Amino acid sequence: MWRNRKMFVVLAVVLMFSFVLTACGGGNKAANEGNKTEEKVITYNLGTEPETLDVATATGKPEATVQMAMFEGLTRLDANNQPVPGMAEKWDISPDGLVYTFHLRDAKWTNGDPVTAEDFEFAWKRLLNPDTAAEYSYQAFYIKNGEKYNAGEVSADEVGVKALDAKTLQVTLETPTPYFLSLTAFPNLYPVNKKVVEANPDWNTKVETLVGNGPFKIINWEHQQKIELVKNPDYWAADDVKIDKIIMTMVESEDTELSMFESGQIDIAENPPTQEVRRLLDEKIATMYPDLGIYYYMFNVKQEPFDDPRVRKAFAMAINRQAIIDNVTQAFQKPAFAVVPYGIPDAVPGEDFREKGGNNYFTEDVAKAKELLAEAGYPDGKGLPEIKILYNTNEGHQKIAEAIMEMWKKNLGANVTLTNQEWQVYLNTRAAGDYQVARAGWGADYTDAMTFLDMWMTGNGNNQTNWGNPEYDRLIKEAKSNPDPAVRIKAMHDAEKILMDEMPIMPIYFYTNVNMYKPWVKGVIVPMVGGYQEFRWAYIEK
Amino acid sequence: MVRYLLRRFVAIFLALVFISTFTFFGMKAIPGGPFASEKKLPPKVEENLNKKYHLNDPLLKQYKDYMFGLAKGDLGPSFKYPDRTVNDIIKDGFPVSAILGAISVLLALSVGLSAGIISALKQNHWQDHVAMILATIGFSVPSFVLAALLQFVFSYKLNWVVPAMWGTWQQTILPSISLAALPSATIARLMRSSMLEVLQQDYIRTAKAKGLKDRVIIYRHAVRNAVMPIITYLGPLIAATFTGSFVVEFIFAIPGLGRYFVTSVFNRDYTLIMGLTIFYSVFLMAMNLIVDLSYAIIDPRVKLTGGKE
Repeated sequence: MWRNRKMFVVLAVVLMFSFVLTACGGGNKAANEGNKTEEKVITYNLGTEPETLDVATATGKPEATVQMAMFEGLTRLDANNQPVPGMAEKWDISPDGLVYTFHLRDAKWTNGDPVTAEDFEFAWKRLLNPDTAAEYSYQAFYIKNGEKYNAGEVSADEVGVKALDAKTLQVTLETPTPYFLSLTAFPNLYPVNKKVVEANPDWNTKVETLVGNGPFKIINWEHQQKIELVKNPDYWAADDVKIDKIIMTMVESEDTELSMFESGQIDIAENPPTQEVRRLLDEKIATMYPDLGIYYYMFNVKQEPFDDPRVRKAFAMAINRQAIIDNVTQAFQKPAFAVVPYGIPDAVPGEDFREKGGNNYFTEDVAKAKELLAEAGYPDGKGLPEIKILYNTNEGHQKIAEAIMEMWKKNLGANVTLTNQEWQVYLNTRAAGDYQVARAGWGADYTDAMTFLDMWMTGNGNNQTNWGNPEYDRLIKEAKSNPDPAVRIKAMHDAEKILMDEMPIMPIYFYTNVNMYKPWVKGVIVPMVGGYQEFRWAYIEK
Repeated sequence: MVRYLLRRFVAIFLALVFISTFTFFGMKAIPGGPFASEKKLPPKVEENLNKKYHLNDPLLKQYKDYMFGLAKGDLGPSFKYPDRTVNDIIKDGFPVSAILGAISVLLALSVGLSAGIISALKQNHWQDHVAMILATIGFSVPSFVLAALLQFVFSYKLNWVVPAMWGTWQQTILPSISLAALPSATIARLMRSSMLEVLQQDYIRTAKAKGLKDRVIIYRHAVRNAVMPIITYLGPLIAATFTGSFVVEFIFAIPGLGRYFVTSVFNRDYTLIMGLTIFYSVFLMAMNLIVDLSYAIIDPRVKLTGGKE
């Protein structure tokens, strides 16, 4: 018996240990789901935990979705992606397009303080302050001396943003920026409550001090689980906000997300698993949205055989993009024969940059490709060195690379191999120019063709192809400094043509977004830039 | 006993210094950094970030600063989640993983021990075969397959439990089964072979000759001695299960610690990599110490001494 008792002691200790741990996890009270009679609730899967909710240092899509609900900038983007008055009731723009004067409406922070022009000035200077070290500080480099202040070259007083009085904000730009009003609708340029932030530098870490000025306010943040927002009764247009509560869950697995959507645990889901997209679209469960993004391969123009533009063109002409989309990616993307995606305005309002410029800078033509290759000295692929495709380790990228490898082998007689690297190793290899062909993708930072074009200027940090063209650089500079829309858009069309003639990059497809909404969820806006979810005008119709 | 413990603590301390040093320089040696992205940052912006997080200090100074912080119990801020410290992340995530781990270990122990004992006693009967076939399945089916399968059947098809997230006891069922499958199988097989061996021992024959009842022989003599390998296995098992599983937490959207072991490395979240490594090391070594101490309680033949005997 004596021995047995010792054994029980051990067991008891083990059991007690586990119960103590169980008790530690208090606060995991059963979540009330569904609930009360008339409360209008939308549950949306945010996907991942926001890294931060500080508007200055946030960078991603989940952060932006939460911040769009919690805050409001000078403007907001409506269903047509057009800026409409937000905190600014109206604005004046100087004839040279450099000085914007915003007149603020009477609005309140969630703690009762009025929203003032000083809050904006403070927030923008905080974004640019080198000590804040905000990754997206460059979103404010359009403002006069913004970049210099961020680099520590001028003082904060010289930055072109000034509160003339409590309700008037004057902004001076570096160069005329036709999309500046749209930029003010994005999270990095949201205001923060100066008093709260100055009093408590850690204001953004707690729900109680996360003071906002948007249609909703945050009431709960369980890390890696969910964020809960309720309607903000002090919002200037509160009467127009139809949703009482938004629950944003953080479920990362696409398969789990789809199960939750189909079993009714969530009302909005994005990015269903590839193999389900077709079924979901057919059953009208999912809807497709255009997305301002392009998937492409880069050529290293300093490495053989891609130092010859004819070879680059031949390789770009020798793949079948539609076949890749139909059989590999299966999300109904659009084949790309240019760089700027559909959905970006042209010079004349209502016209589309891509439709105007045409999606046909080159064609898929194997015979022509072989001719070009022979001209460059590689008849039937003879003499071509081994071609290595570099991509980051990911099943999707791998499948596309395999398809392209087969097409290049079959159509051009090239000897192609694949190399995959872990994400950050791949980024390093790319930046060091230690590759021949590498996969890449790019999403718009704002709704203007420039976001896809200025990166290809000689020596730009994102131009990792070693390609450069003085005429191209000149056209981009012209487009950046000329306020006349006709001139700048023409310059960008001309620049894009040069880029496609010389082909340092091979466009593959333009992205799409596939989102799923329960039929009673209405009025949620998906802006084309970034594909966030905007709940300001959402409502429920059962 | 005191001398023994002292020796162990010194060994644990030295191991920790070694592990943290090795991890620190190892993680700095891999390419990339916490702010890498496909959209390259303007050089000045990158410089500001490096300055803010002291990443432009000489490596030895960074190491020294980190170790001083560590000595004070401060694991630093996370790079990926700048609003949270590594201490916060562990404080939030560990209890969740530990609850799930505790349930899974208890489940694995009860299933594994009973299966092992039954199959040993009924060696080569159908009970034995069924238990061992199940154990082989438990061994060979990876937890992500099992987790996805359970979710598909019980949430998607039958709609008995919600597919994911954390908060109610129902939400612990599927993840804990997914986590318990492999250890259950291991325990069952360990227990079976260990029981079979013990049942051959002379003292069992003696006990039988004495005319003791089967029940008494099995529980007091056989199981007690056979359970020793399980105790050994339990130390690392608890350390591994209580700190969470990436796959199960990912599939069931559980806010535990397990996911960070994988994502922190991908994100090059240096402080979080360090914090988790150290936390896991301490936990594992503590578990092993407890296991060694419990030998002495369970088996009177084991004596804990200072090592000079």
